[in-house]
Amino acid sequence: MAKKQLVRVKVNGRERQAEVEPRLLLVHFIREVLGLTGTHVGCDTSHCGACTVVLDGKTVKSCTMFTPQADGCELMTVEGLMQDGKLHPLQEGFKEEHGLQCGFCTPGMLMSSYALLQHNKKPSEEDIRWGISGNLCRCTGYQNIVKAVQYAAGKMELGGAK
Amino acid sequence: MIPPAFEYLRPSTIPEAIAFLKQYGDEAKILSGGQSLIPMMKLRLARPAYLIDINRIAGLSYIKEEDGHLKIGGLTREAELEHSPIIQSRFPIIRDTAHVIADPQVRNLATVAGNLAHGDPANDHPATMLALGAKVVTTGAKGERVIPIEDFFVTLFTTALQPDEIVTEIRIPLPPARSGGAYLKLERKVGDFATAAVAAQVTLDGSGTCQHVGIGLTNVGPTPIKARKAEAFLRGKKPDEATLRQAAQLASEEAQPSADLRGPAEYKKGLVKELAYRALSRAVERAGK
Amino acid sequence: MQQTSPEIGGMGHSIKRKEDMRFIQGRGNYVDDVHLPGMVYGQMVRSPYAHARLKSVNTEKAKQLTGVLAVITGEDLAKANLAWMPTLYFDKQMVLATGKVLFQSQEVAFVVAEDRYTAADAAELVEVEYEELPVLVDPHKATDPASPILREDREEKSNHIFHWEVGDKSATDKAFQDAAVKANVHAVFQRCHPAPLETCGCVADFNSATGKLTIYMTSQAPHAHRTLFALVGGIPEQNIRVVSPDIGGGFGNKVPIYPGYVCAVVASLTLGRPVKWIETRSENLQSTGFARDYHMTAELAADRDGKIQALRVKTLADHGAFNAAAQPSKFPAGLFSICTGAYDYPNAFCEVDGVYTNKAPGGIAYRCSFRVTEAAYLIERAVDVLALDLKMDPVELRKKNFIRTDKFPYKSPLGWSFDSGNYEAAMNLALAKIGYAALRKEQEEKRRKGELMGLGVSSFVEIVGAGPAHTFDIAGIKMFDSAEIRVHPTGKAICRMGTKSQGQGHETTYAQIVAQELGIPAADVVVEEGDTDTAPYGLGTYASRSTPVSGAATAVAARKIREKAKKIAAHLLECSEEDLDWEPGKFFVKGAPSKSKSIQDIAFAAYTNIPEGLEAGLEAVDYYDPPNLTFPFGTYICVVDIDKGTGEVKVRRFVAVDDCGNVINPMIVDGQIHGGLTEGLAIAFMQQIDYDESGNVQGGSFMDYLLPTAVETPYWETDKTCTPSPHHPLGAKGVGESPNVGSPAAFVNAVVDALSHLGVRHIDMPITPWKVWNVLKEKGVVS
Repeated sequence: MAKKQLVRVKVNGRERQAEVEPRLLLVHFIREVLGLTGTHVGCDTSHCGACTVVLDGKTVKSCTMFTPQADGCELMTVEGLMQDGKLHPLQEGFKEEHGLQCGFCTPGMLMSSYALLQHNKKPSEEDIRWGISGNLCRCTGYQNIVKAVQYAAGKMELGGAK
Repeated sequence: MIPPAFEYLRPSTIPEAIAFLKQYGDEAKILSGGQSLIPMMKLRLARPAYLIDINRIAGLSYIKEEDGHLKIGGLTREAELEHSPIIQSRFPIIRDTAHVIADPQVRNLATVAGNLAHGDPANDHPATMLALGAKVVTTGAKGERVIPIEDFFVTLFTTALQPDEIVTEIRIPLPPARSGGAYLKLERKVGDFATAAVAAQVTLDGSGTCQHVGIGLTNVGPTPIKARKAEAFLRGKKPDEATLRQAAQLASEEAQPSADLRGPAEYKKGLVKELAYRALSRAVERAGK
Repeated sequence: MQQTSPEIGGMGHSIKRKEDMRFIQGRGNYVDDVHLPGMVYGQMVRSPYAHARLKSVNTEKAKQLTGVLAVITGEDLAKANLAWMPTLYFDKQMVLATGKVLFQSQEVAFVVAEDRYTAADAAELVEVEYEELPVLVDPHKATDPASPILREDREEKSNHIFHWEVGDKSATDKAFQDAAVKANVHAVFQRCHPAPLETCGCVADFNSATGKLTIYMTSQAPHAHRTLFALVGGIPEQNIRVVSPDIGGGFGNKVPIYPGYVCAVVASLTLGRPVKWIETRSENLQSTGFARDYHMTAELAADRDGKIQALRVKTLADHGAFNAAAQPSKFPAGLFSICTGAYDYPNAFCEVDGVYTNKAPGGIAYRCSFRVTEAAYLIERAVDVLALDLKMDPVELRKKNFIRTDKFPYKSPLGWSFDSGNYEAAMNLALAKIGYAALRKEQEEKRRKGELMGLGVSSFVEIVGAGPAHTFDIAGIKMFDSAEIRVHPTGKAICRMGTKSQGQGHETTYAQIVAQELGIPAADVVVEEGDTDTAPYGLGTYASRSTPVSGAATAVAARKIREKAKKIAAHLLECSEEDLDWEPGKFFVKGAPSKSKSIQDIAFAAYTNIPEGLEAGLEAVDYYDPPNLTFPFGTYICVVDIDKGTGEVKVRRFVAVDDCGNVINPMIVDGQIHGGLTEGLAIAFMQQIDYDESGNVQGGSFMDYLLPTAVETPYWETDKTCTPSPHHPLGAKGVGESPNVGSPAAFVNAVVDALSHLGVRHIDMPITPWKVWNVLKEKGVVS
């Protein structure tokens, strides 16, 4: 049995820690040790992006990281998007623009869109499509997801959440 | 989906990392971006008993112009290259390349050094570095080595790296004025490896004749390919359409693609010919600016 | 139909989805989110060989690994008569292999361990000895005497499964003999896979104290699955509860019963602990129900002026190693006989032969409406080929042959009665939207310059809403569906249906039907599906049947409630029922509208002021047996540009005009269209599950089984015409699969059209850049 590693991560603003097998994939740490099941597993070859989370401000595929790599980092999952009980403009946008159907890709899409809007406050349609090109969706054909992100960008420009 | 068990090591300095490499030999693997290694471990195709996580080693992440070279640190991420103002304005060929590697999430972790060190002819940076005449700087138990990029790729998944060496820097000679480059990749979809891709870098003299030409080919052979014949042909000539087409034809003849799910060998050769023409044209256009 | 206000949100309103709140917060409840105390994990061990004798399965090493609780083999299952299970189509398949394996990735053993990681380690330690056998992957060789016989378990030692035919062969043959023009096309609809983003899985939880087995399962048809578990497993049906929680996409992938479910149930029964089994993506692509694999030839006979006289179709169907096609029992080739399409002609004959090969079982999946995708693709390709032969514009040819509006209900030459249709209207709207005439001009100019651009038209007829009891059953269970509505004293309602959404928005759309019929705001109506302990019996959601069948049941149940409500209203208003009129949300006295009672008042009275002779409460249940299927339709037009240097095809524009009758929620319908068109795009240009000669899967992971990203996906332009179904209580038709049915032909027709001046008549999907490039090279067009 490999030597366990103590991992300390700040998750959605809260300090969490656990001793884990080094090979524990970050996505399993999030889902099963932290109990945050919003982050999903959709494939086994790092293609689908359903596991996308924001680590130290950058999106990563949590299925393609080992938990010890996140030691000392700040992790945001979809559960951390709402602030003070209020929906983030992105969450509002997905609802208003019908940007989801089965909901399985949605957390990953929200995370990728969140990161996109941090770096690009006025993304064009092309920017958005490139920005979510690491997230696969089977239900929506992406069209309304683009609209959802545009909605959020508009709202945030008017002084919504950050 | 689930990788086999391994011991996790996290050195804080390069000498520590190298010591681990020496200690554990071929039972150990370096973990930097991990975006090639971890998927292989999840499929149980790679089974290192020791994983050496070098991501916390300070001072390995930089993009700077120094001593006549563009220097990229061994832990510089693809996303940093993609968004770097230096790269965007002065090395668009590198920005072209970084932009088409995998997808945004992977680019946040994947490193340029890793993209070279993995020895996969399907990776994108090798062709670009061949076109730019880069040098790979490694640090190992015996100290630092500077390996010219043409000597770096040995065969499939094998580079000139010694088992105790880490790629710590990539050095690209600053191109002279009137230089331009481009990287064009045809992929089945965003995130795929290239069906074929071509990197082209040219320098024109005052009369518009090609002085320096570098052409690299992606995923059309067991290693990334430097299209030397095409380069030699184009050197000293004016890059008009007919000449560029001929150079592209030569480049396609230097490709040794295998048939796979991306297409038959003949198609890939035809693709190299077309992409080489387009990449050279774009490079010439950029050189003119 | 009376219009409701936006506050009530009945038919036609694009109200925002009620289910979204939990998903946008990451608080959905998918099967892998289910965590029960004491839960353990199962993992399959699978065959690397496509065809081999199973010499031995040694589980000792695996069992010795710390944390391993059990390793189940086919031999173990055989003792309980469970090594084989019935498929949904008159065949059986191995749960865990005994004797031999028949496809790469077939299930051989099931490891159960305390955690996922130990299970994965243990799976590697199971030692299986195989003796390879010759492999059969070419369905055309299935009946060759030289080919190996795959199914030794069957009495008839043959790889031929069925022959099915329909239509008038002699009349059709005569029509062909007499025909002035004959066009033919051989079109292969390649094997592909629906690949929903969530893979299949379950948590089987047998409680030994109560004797109850609860199965949380990715199931599109929970009741049918419950009954099958009872019949096959010998567990009393009242002690089985199937719970289909949130499902991350189905597309037909979650209709069959997979060995993983059965093994998880067996393990839970044995261990008395909850057993979770979640397959990986590779397992999903390589072993669960594939789609298509139809090798089809269509011939059209026509007059010189383009009037079609007959259709003749011959198809070879590759079913893989077991016939696990999930379709109505009387239809071995599903509803493929809709292949006559939108056109009016007297003669047709269609035959299909199904064969076994060393590949994974399946066939009915990926939004196919039971083989309608194959049928629509075939006829729309054939019509385009006929147009080429006649040197006629493909739009003109279609319009010449469309079934006229005065011919409905239309009896097709293969026996279907189309309830309604107006094909020309949909076509005209699509033509106007795309600007067809201008595009043809542009194409002419481009051709002069050697540039390649194409227009592809597809006018499809769908057939959904299975189906009437006299004709439709799956494994014997008739294909009715159900709705149960209960109105609370405070005027809110709860409904349960026998269908199961996997993203189609049922929590919203069914609520809208209730809102329409009863005037209770959709926001006040809770909709639940998927728990067999509470929902009325239904056949589930697939083949676009929910709105046609369960939607009808919902309307009928709501009308039963309205009937009772009328009695209560009369009692409250002290008048007779004949004096009352209805508008959504209230009964009022004719001529005195201020004398009214709202549905909320009535609901309260149902519990507090019950008229004599009436029972308390305000609820109803309906099991709806549809009198016919419904026939959505549409015209799709696609514009493509081809890069001569690389063979890449770029979709410049795509216009989709759909007619699904009366629409419940236009926003949701458009979303379905966007998603289905994207799947059609993937099928047309990038997807295939293929096998090499040794039976190794090519495209068994997302590395090579390609799903388009937002970058490859074009902008979809959608519009509607409305031809209500005359027999559906709401005039609605169902639409979820129309885009998958109609689009592949639009894409392929566009590419062929771009190259037809070079003599190209057909290219098989997936139309990859190298296929196009090869054609260009062959025609001397590549530089």
